[in-house]
Amino acid sequence: MSDEHMSNDTHAYAIELKGISKRFGSVQANKDINLQVPAGTVHGIIGENGAGKSTLMSIIYGFYEADTGSIEVDGQSLTIRNSQDAIRAGIGMVHQHFMLVDTFTVLENIILGAEGGALLKDGVAGARKELKRLEQEFNLEVDVDAVVGDLPVGLQQRVEILKALYRGARILILDEPTGVLTPQEADHLFRILHALKEQGVTVMLITHKLREILASTDNVSVMRQGQMVAHRVTKETSKEELAELMVGKKVRLKVDKDVPKIGETVLKASDLTFVDGQGVERLKRVSLELRAGEIVGIAGVSGNGQSELLNVLSGITPMSAGEIQFAGRTITASAPCNAAQMRELKMAHVPEDRHKMGLVTGFEAYEAAILGYHDRPDYNGSILMNRKAMLAECEERMAAWDVRPPNPHLKTANFSGGNQQKIVIAREVEQNPDVLLIGQPTRGVDIGAIENIHEQIVKLRDAGKAILLVSVELDEIMALSDRIMVMFDGAVVGEVSGAEANEQTLGLMMANAWNEEGAAV
Amino acid sequence: MSQAKVPVWVNVGLIPLINILLAFVVSALVILAIGENPIEAAGYLVYGAFGYDEGIGYTLYYATNLIFTGLAVSVAFKAGLFNIGGEGQAYIGGLGVGLLCLWLDASMPFWVIAPLAILGAFIFGAAWAYIPAYLQAKRGSHIVITTIMFNFIASSLMVYLMVNWLKEEGRMSPASRIFEENAWMPYLYELFEPFGIDIGDSPLNLTFLLALVCCVLVWGLIWHTRWGYQLRTVGTNATAAEYAGIDNSKVTIWVMLISGGLAGFVGVNEIMGVNHHLLLNFTAGYGFAGIAVALMGRNHPIGIVLAAILFGALYQGGAELAFEMPSITPEIVVVIQGLVILFSGALENMLKGKIEALFTRPVTA
Amino acid sequence: MFETIILILDATLRVSTPLILAALAGLFSERSGIVDIGLEGKMLAGAFAAAAAAAVFGSAWIGLMFAILASVALALVHGFACITHRGDHIVSGVAINTIVAGLTVTLGLDWFDLGGQTPALSGDGRFTSITLPFADALADVPVMGLIYSELISGHNILVYLAFAFVPATYWVVYKTRFGLRLRAVGENPHAVDTAGISVAFVRYRAVIICGILCGLAGAYLSTAHNAGFLKDMSAGKGYMALAALIFGKWRPVPVLLACLLFGFLDAVAVRMQGVALPGIGEIPVQAIEVLPYVLTVLLLAGFIGKAVGPKAIGKPYVKERA
Repeated sequence: MSDEHMSNDTHAYAIELKGISKRFGSVQANKDINLQVPAGTVHGIIGENGAGKSTLMSIIYGFYEADTGSIEVDGQSLTIRNSQDAIRAGIGMVHQHFMLVDTFTVLENIILGAEGGALLKDGVAGARKELKRLEQEFNLEVDVDAVVGDLPVGLQQRVEILKALYRGARILILDEPTGVLTPQEADHLFRILHALKEQGVTVMLITHKLREILASTDNVSVMRQGQMVAHRVTKETSKEELAELMVGKKVRLKVDKDVPKIGETVLKASDLTFVDGQGVERLKRVSLELRAGEIVGIAGVSGNGQSELLNVLSGITPMSAGEIQFAGRTITASAPCNAAQMRELKMAHVPEDRHKMGLVTGFEAYEAAILGYHDRPDYNGSILMNRKAMLAECEERMAAWDVRPPNPHLKTANFSGGNQQKIVIAREVEQNPDVLLIGQPTRGVDIGAIENIHEQIVKLRDAGKAILLVSVELDEIMALSDRIMVMFDGAVVGEVSGAEANEQTLGLMMANAWNEEGAAV
Repeated sequence: MSQAKVPVWVNVGLIPLINILLAFVVSALVILAIGENPIEAAGYLVYGAFGYDEGIGYTLYYATNLIFTGLAVSVAFKAGLFNIGGEGQAYIGGLGVGLLCLWLDASMPFWVIAPLAILGAFIFGAAWAYIPAYLQAKRGSHIVITTIMFNFIASSLMVYLMVNWLKEEGRMSPASRIFEENAWMPYLYELFEPFGIDIGDSPLNLTFLLALVCCVLVWGLIWHTRWGYQLRTVGTNATAAEYAGIDNSKVTIWVMLISGGLAGFVGVNEIMGVNHHLLLNFTAGYGFAGIAVALMGRNHPIGIVLAAILFGALYQGGAELAFEMPSITPEIVVVIQGLVILFSGALENMLKGKIEALFTRPVTA
Repeated sequence: MFETIILILDATLRVSTPLILAALAGLFSERSGIVDIGLEGKMLAGAFAAAAAAAVFGSAWIGLMFAILASVALALVHGFACITHRGDHIVSGVAINTIVAGLTVTLGLDWFDLGGQTPALSGDGRFTSITLPFADALADVPVMGLIYSELISGHNILVYLAFAFVPATYWVVYKTRFGLRLRAVGENPHAVDTAGISVAFVRYRAVIICGILCGLAGAYLSTAHNAGFLKDMSAGKGYMALAALIFGKWRPVPVLLACLLFGFLDAVAVRMQGVALPGIGEIPVQAIEVLPYVLTVLLLAGFIGKAVGPKAIGKPYVKERA
């Protein structure tokens, strides 16, 4: 660990990025990124999911190579081709998904790749001593002989930090470190980060949570859609400003819509709870009502339980507790209803991710256009499927929804995002459902198609459907919703009517930083 | 938004063809290493397989078995399952056929025995696939390993049954008595004889038609029924299947039943069609060859028929080749088969990207 | 009775040897995340190469060398398909098994003209039994003498090697840097990659070790246990080794015990032929032969313990887009 060349002079940059760009296929993940991180500070990088934060950090850590641009560490220009190079340059990273071997002990995990000799026993004694020192210096107690898989996530994260420090990291990158932590664990983490800073370590904290940025950083940079849009000194900025920068001031989408004619309650969910396989509570007692002729928007930074809410409501994943009243049935954990049965009850679902869930991209369009409804008599004879009917219907819908090219035989993968989405929405809507769940209706969809999709959603509302709209696009939520609920950390933290909603209020609610007086906490 | 699109014929035609050519090139090198002329060898092969009526008959007879096992592997593949147990399922399918024939051949006419035996082959083969399928669906046991184990269990079971129960008194080898002739699947040459058409004596029998019917049925099932729709959805995108409310484990089980049943039909061809009695080891590796057939046939019935005929030709031509070139054994065919599996299966990604890049044209949709 | 037991145990050691070697081979490969159903093929190739080279050069040791070369070459093909080109591990294994089944006979016929067999080996062409010191002298000592002279002494070097490889494997897997990385790469290759270690290099080394051990197993079959190569002489032992590997839950000592159990069943099956047990009657040989496979299926089904393999096994390693 040579820290001679590190100086606490704040004018020196621990990391300086110049013009970093990275493409994945047709997606520009990072575009001309410039960033200066002063040594010995905690530097926040904030942005919505998909803003390109993780990609940028992976480039610094050598997991990907940038297409263009350069990286300077401690004022020296470096080529970081792989993680080994990054480690050598004194960079450590705590990934969002821990890079730990569950069956190994803490010690084994920490020395992996830095074993200190061909035989484990050569390095182990030294490693124990060094770890003891690090534990004391940074307040990072952990039982080095415990099996990692048995440790709670908070401790696993501590192992990751130790792993980086053990390799002599002077620059530590943490990618969404609090996503899996309880608030108490998160607070502890911030104390650790503070201790690290005191010892001269430079910390880069990647997050989408404003509270964390304000609580623990010296400077903050904001990313949006692959670009770095602003740099601020944390003390001189505010939640409001950051929220605005993060979400961006885009052209306000205009959707013409009348006053809603709200009818009866169609679906009532009470105290919906979902605990995932890791035992993390992803949905926390969510209650909501959907009424005919109304669009309810769910706002929130992605990853706060919206996906789980859609999956539980649509019957894809069984709930852990709570109940749903829908179409005369009471659905509970012990009396579940699967996705096929929910469809029978006239619930339609446009999933958030059309590639992973909404379509089978290897299928031809007319086949993908009946996914989930493939058992319907309209598409089936007694044995064979009625291909003629399927094709005719698909052609009809392609014309009605202006899907291009209107070729039912084209593989779904070969349509553009907007046209794929139209195929999905048409499929779900044309079944004339009572409830429509829509996730991210315009993600990856070009501007022209967005308008069309929005119009269709409003038309459905006016036709008396109950619609639940999940979107991370605040503008979209505000333009479409009659009522807006905000989710944070698996729970509904606020509700406003569509007419009253404004960006600032919602932004603060999304960061769980809102109080009744209407001011930032 | 523009996306790269590779012409269909490149993926369906060119790439498989190049992979097979590679397999043939390496096979030719093996023949060269033995000191024979590969082109001459290919000549004997082709002549043996297609040069005269009897040869063609034999080729199609081998192809019959390969169509069954190729379809068996494909159906499972389409649902994302690797059924490596075709060998055992075929073996037990044959047992079903044999037992039925031994039981009914004295009392029932052919038109009763034949459909029952076909059904028996299917049920026995399917039953043998059921346990691995169930364990995969409900308990997550890796189906590749369990089906391998079931191949060995089938083999031991057959030895036990043949030696202890089914062996004909006074026979040296463990084999049952010969069935009465009304339990024989008619040879095609016999059926053609009354019309004065001579197609040469060969073991090719009516089961060949069953194989073709199976191709049509499998094609219909996979591409034209709601069950096939479910099967393909599960096989290509399990998350989408969940979204669509398809029960993955149910699909796993019935797909494996069909797969096992198809493999079981090998028993019809071998036991009723050719051997006319129960015996050991009549599956002779057809189950494994089915993997090569499925890979080469790109899991499509038409491709499978073509691949099965190609391999049938290799089996038959290989015998001819060994006769004409004594330094070559019929096992050269097994080498070629293995190389096809290697190049069109395990190494399919090796050239794919490079070839696709050559033909990529951007389209704006 | 005691003598019979000793003889059965003695046979057990001899039948277990190739299983142990092949199962340890599989352990290295699968611990690194590469499924290997090609143990059978590599073993068969090793058997052929050993017998062929021993016949030509008259030395079992040269045979052994060629066995290892042949088997490692196939292991590299497997690695090339699975590691470099992210091919399906099962398909690749099947391909290798099939190629070898055909190629050994094809080359055998061409080279030796004996219908696919190799010439019978004798003298230095085979690994012969080693009589341990004092074995003869102690043979008459009651109990211990028989155990020493019959059971422990009088095996060929490969048997002793196979047993020595068990603690050696344990040591390599659990006590060395390579072993740590090997286990890590089979559990979570991403963790290895982010620690700055090449996933592919660790896996290639694992499959090479797998090849070496399979070569030894093959050489044992043709130049120690038998005196020459016979068509398909591995006869499913590679698959049984795979079963033992699963049964032993991918750990060296339990794998050894599984191999001994399977070997014991084999030895007993031979002895039991036609023997009626009091009260039970004659147990069909096949019922005993089939036990290893049945036990493995039951284990996989979770009825006896639980077989949890390396987590990343069979999955090609692809750097994911974050």
